Amino acid sequence: MQLTTWLQLVPGRPFRRAGHRTALIAAGLPLHLAVVPLWLWLLGTFAALVPAVTPLPVLLTLVVTPLLTVGQRRRYRALVGKDLPRPPTPGPGRNWTWAVRRLTSRALWRQVCYHAVAGPLLAVLDLAVLAVWAAALVAASIYVWIWALPPQWRVTDLGYTTQAAYITAGGLALLFLGPRLTGALVRLDTRAAEVLLGPSRTEKLARRVADLAESRAGVLDAADAERRRIERDLHDGAQQRLVSLAVNLGLARATLGDLPADARKVIDEAHREAKEAIAELNDLVRGLHPAVLEDRGLDAALSGVAARLPIPVRVAVDLPRRPSPTVEAVAYFVVSEALTNVVKHARATRAEVTVHRIGETLLVVVADDGAGGADLAGAGGTGLAGLAKRVASVDGTFSCRSPAGGPTVITVELPCAP
Amino acid sequence: MRAVIAEDSLLLRIGVVKVLEAAGFEMCAQVADAEGLLAAVEEHRPDIAVVDVRMPPGFTDEGVRAALVIRHQYPGTAVLLLSQYVEERYAADLLAANTSGVGYLLKQRVADVEEFAEAVRRVAAGGTALDPQVVAQLLVRRHSDPLDRLTPREREVLELMAGGRSNSGIAAELVVSESAVAKHINSIFTKLDLPKADADHRRVLAVLRFLGVARPPS
Repeated sequence: MQLTTWLQLVPGRPFRRAGHRTALIAAGLPLHLAVVPLWLWLLGTFAALVPAVTPLPVLLTLVVTPLLTVGQRRRYRALVGKDLPRPPTPGPGRNWTWAVRRLTSRALWRQVCYHAVAGPLLAVLDLAVLAVWAAALVAASIYVWIWALPPQWRVTDLGYTTQAAYITAGGLALLFLGPRLTGALVRLDTRAAEVLLGPSRTEKLARRVADLAESRAGVLDAADAERRRIERDLHDGAQQRLVSLAVNLGLARATLGDLPADARKVIDEAHREAKEAIAELNDLVRGLHPAVLEDRGLDAALSGVAARLPIPVRVAVDLPRRPSPTVEAVAYFVVSEALTNVVKHARATRAEVTVHRIGETLLVVVADDGAGGADLAGAGGTGLAGLAKRVASVDGTFSCRSPAGGPTVITVELPCAP
Repeated sequence: MRAVIAEDSLLLRIGVVKVLEAAGFEMCAQVADAEGLLAAVEEHRPDIAVVDVRMPPGFTDEGVRAALVIRHQYPGTAVLLLSQYVEERYAADLLAANTSGVGYLLKQRVADVEEFAEAVRRVAAGGTALDPQVVAQLLVRRHSDPLDRLTPREREVLELMAGGRSNSGIAAELVVSESAVAKHINSIFTKLDLPKADADHRRVLAVLRFLGVARPPS
């Protein structure tokens, strides 16, 4: 039967928990003491003036450290069901680079610190607490000992009513104190193990940042995929139906020549509205995720945007390779929203869009010769603030220079993987 | 006139067929992919093929490639491409290889029944029809600029020429006299340094220059 199962037999919850913790302490004792012989050997090499041997115990310490760490993890897992957090493992590499990375990793030296310094100190406290338990149990049960021991072993002048009673009371007091001391020591031990065997604060934060970046990228990708799906559904369904409807109405208008004027007017109206619905749906689909962006990339999609504007817009896109779909989508929406703003607010006569890739950065510049005075918090600012947020969602930077009197230049840098 | 249609969306195919039949075309074949289209053209030798750009199996540019094959192998068959959105590179590909009997329109133009039928007829007769959006977009992309010397009016005239309109069509559209249109066109030829040769040839060259398909002589 396992120790933990035996501990179930200890009566009373506080005592059972204390039992588990005491077992944890007892199991910790040999592990904490394991490095002490190596230390003694190290000191011995100095004392015996054979420094040539000195590296040996140090090396041995490095070798046993991972094994002891595994032992400590098992101890926590088996006795209190706690998983100590793991430090980040050094990535794979060729033998010697891996070894160097291992030897220079802070995680390894924190572990050495735990086993070689904290361990022996904890071992002293372990012994003290175990001694308190032993003393408490013996003292509390002193009458049993008096009764059970053979006469020649007894302390002869022990007064049954005075000293023995005091000892029993002391034992009971220690029994009361025992769980608290045990708890305190376990907290100290756990804290030391977490700090020295687990990841450091920096490593924890780094891992958290990596997790967050990953989940955010996932959310963005999912949103983009959803937009594409809606676009495709609309394209295959509603758009085709509307075109078909408009064609039928157009045919009715063209072929039914002998209609009363009222009926003709109704058909004309319906035809016009069907065409308007097609145009509106097309705009909506373009706003969601234009198919041309997915198929042909930024160059084609942006010249499409520019062609639909009432002012001349020059578009220069220079991309040897296509960036990721997410970055493309952000760049597209930035340019298309910025150009919409130019037309709505800037009173510009012309605009210019350039998209370049410089190293691992996609540089997007939208400039116009309008009145300027655009700012993130201003009247037309909600659009710009939305753009800035969208850019920030992929860790890009957004800047808008727009002095009163113009010109306005919006510069966006988007990171893209090499 | 005889026509075939290649379009994978059933609704739109039916619509286009109805429009063309109402306009007096005889529909020889209706197919849903490029392979079927080439077979149908081989079999029927129609005056015009109305072709969707994206078709099975790849849904990319099957229609454009089929159109280039058709214009090359069956010179008697004109091609009108239909597209959901403007892909000016395809239009440029098509125009670079052919200057007559080709067209490129957005699908939604089919709804303007009379104008669509008129465009099909024009292309079938060896003319061209380019969607205004295609023209606008090609204009955005064109950067080298003897064209900047054109006046806004001349630019309008050239855009309509690129759309495949005749002088009288342009005059009607702009509400000016035909002689005024002719004057603008001559001025355009001069500004674009086009040699005084065959008038039709110059017209095509001007349009190609405008669309950025042909480079100016260096």
